[in-house]
Amino acid sequence: MSNQSVGGVAPSGFRLMLLRSARALRTPMPYLAFIGIGLWLGIYFLLNEYWKLFPFYKIPGPVEVVTEWVSRDPIWGTSLFTEDYYRNIWVSCRRIGIAFALATGLGVPLGLFMGWSQKFKDYTFPVLETLRPIPILAWVPLAIVMFAGFETPIIYLATLASFFVTALNTMLGVESIDESYFRAAGCLGSKKHHVFFHVVVPGALPFIFTGLQISIGVAWFSLVAAEMISGDYGLGYMIMDSYMVNKYTTMVMAMLTLGFVGWITSAMVRIAGNRMMQYRQKALGQGGV
Amino acid sequence: MTANSNSHSGNSRGAISIRNVSKVYDPGGVNVLAVDDCSLEIAGGEVCMIVGPSGCGKTTLLNAIAGFHSISEGQIDLDGEMLCGPSKPLADQGADRVVVFQNGALFPWKTLAENVAYGPVVQGVMNKNEAREKSIHMLDEAGLSGVADKYPGEVSSGMARRAEIVRALINDPKVLLLDEPYRAMDALTKSIMHESLLEVYDRTKVTIFFITHDLEEAIFLGDRVIVMTTRPAKTKKIVDVKISRPRDYRLLSSEEFRVLVEETKEAVHEEAVKAFEAGERELA
Repeated sequence: MSNQSVGGVAPSGFRLMLLRSARALRTPMPYLAFIGIGLWLGIYFLLNEYWKLFPFYKIPGPVEVVTEWVSRDPIWGTSLFTEDYYRNIWVSCRRIGIAFALATGLGVPLGLFMGWSQKFKDYTFPVLETLRPIPILAWVPLAIVMFAGFETPIIYLATLASFFVTALNTMLGVESIDESYFRAAGCLGSKKHHVFFHVVVPGALPFIFTGLQISIGVAWFSLVAAEMISGDYGLGYMIMDSYMVNKYTTMVMAMLTLGFVGWITSAMVRIAGNRMMQYRQKALGQGGV
Repeated sequence: MTANSNSHSGNSRGAISIRNVSKVYDPGGVNVLAVDDCSLEIAGGEVCMIVGPSGCGKTTLLNAIAGFHSISEGQIDLDGEMLCGPSKPLADQGADRVVVFQNGALFPWKTLAENVAYGPVVQGVMNKNEAREKSIHMLDEAGLSGVADKYPGEVSSGMARRAEIVRALINDPKVLLLDEPYRAMDALTKSIMHESLLEVYDRTKVTIFFITHDLEEAIFLGDRVIVMTTRPAKTKKIVDVKISRPRDYRLLSSEEFRVLVEETKEAVHEEAVKAFEAGERELA
């Protein structure tokens, strides 16, 4: 490549992003993803709208859903051009945002301390392990009894589920740190708080972010479950509500929307993780962000 | 071995006195004697090489000096002050005795310069800027000027190991404790590491406690080579390396050097055979 001098200043920021996007287009990855989605839509179309096979003909087909989705005048009342659609997305995203922030803010410190102090773990781990296996659906009645309205119980349930995942992964992250880093820190004259901020936290980060990826998925899962049972707005509510009134097209649209939004949120967590762990990117020879 | 007979040392700083030290491990109710009544006097500024069969308790001694493990009996002093002894089996960890680890323990999440600057900053002896300046300067001296802002994962193992030694030296330690630091390296990298360590030693005259399996390495670098017995570890033989410094690679082909290697090899081989047989019996 003639425009890149060897040993020159590496591009950064926006230019690096452009460079990477340009490079990504030269790999098979985006095309394979495109083909994958195309194949899936094609099969869906064949089974549902072309051959009309059992049981697929019972659900709305891709052409029907997409037509409704982009219609300025949707038959069932919801599309890209109606306010309702965005309101449902916004309400769910806001709940996820709050729940994920709470779960991370509580789960990460708890996990760090559990991994760092055996005594603290001895106190807390049995409680965590007893509560963690209780499925989130089993918490629904309790949440409704405890909190008034729609908002608080839903956020509570989503927080709870993702909190356990985050705390556990963070704890495992601390336990995974090689003993020699603690020793090195010790013989370089660290006090306890130095060890915590310079070894425990950065050492656990890879596991923390793995945990956060899972936890945001779990948060969506519990959020939708909660919205389906009790809700006024949100994507889960939209799915359940459309089902109740036989608006199956809208229902499938809401499901696909949920999929996309979920994908975007976990990609955001991944990007945040990569930004915070530059050293791992660089060690893999991928260059920093 | 009680008195130090070494003539290379002209440094009163960093003298280690190990007296009648024993260490008993208790894994699962069965006491294992790792070190048995071991005594060793290391003069300030000496390069003391410890060789012996795998698992013989060499690292146990290093861990006791560094304050990673307690001792069961005896006493270890540094410059006349007790590190650990009957009243205090576990030494405090401190930057006067910095360890360079077998597999390397640079923090992978910090750049080389940040790693080097870490010690002085957490000890509060320098602020961040001073520490950074000094780190860059010391990395320059070690031939690492181009990679100061790289992460350990981005540089070769040889560079990382040199940076780790710089990270130790910036604290102006009395003793460098090295636990087979060059074990996993190829011969060529190793020889570069040896030259750079000798260069560091000639400049700083820091006391070096160096564990290794490699006899040529031991004799090339050391003032004395301590051959340990198989577990429980005791000093079996002490080889004085009366070869003048500065040393370089021509030494490796000299007669004097070969004779010392042979002499040491015999002692080590005996212990290795014992360790091997003991190992077989344990398995059978």
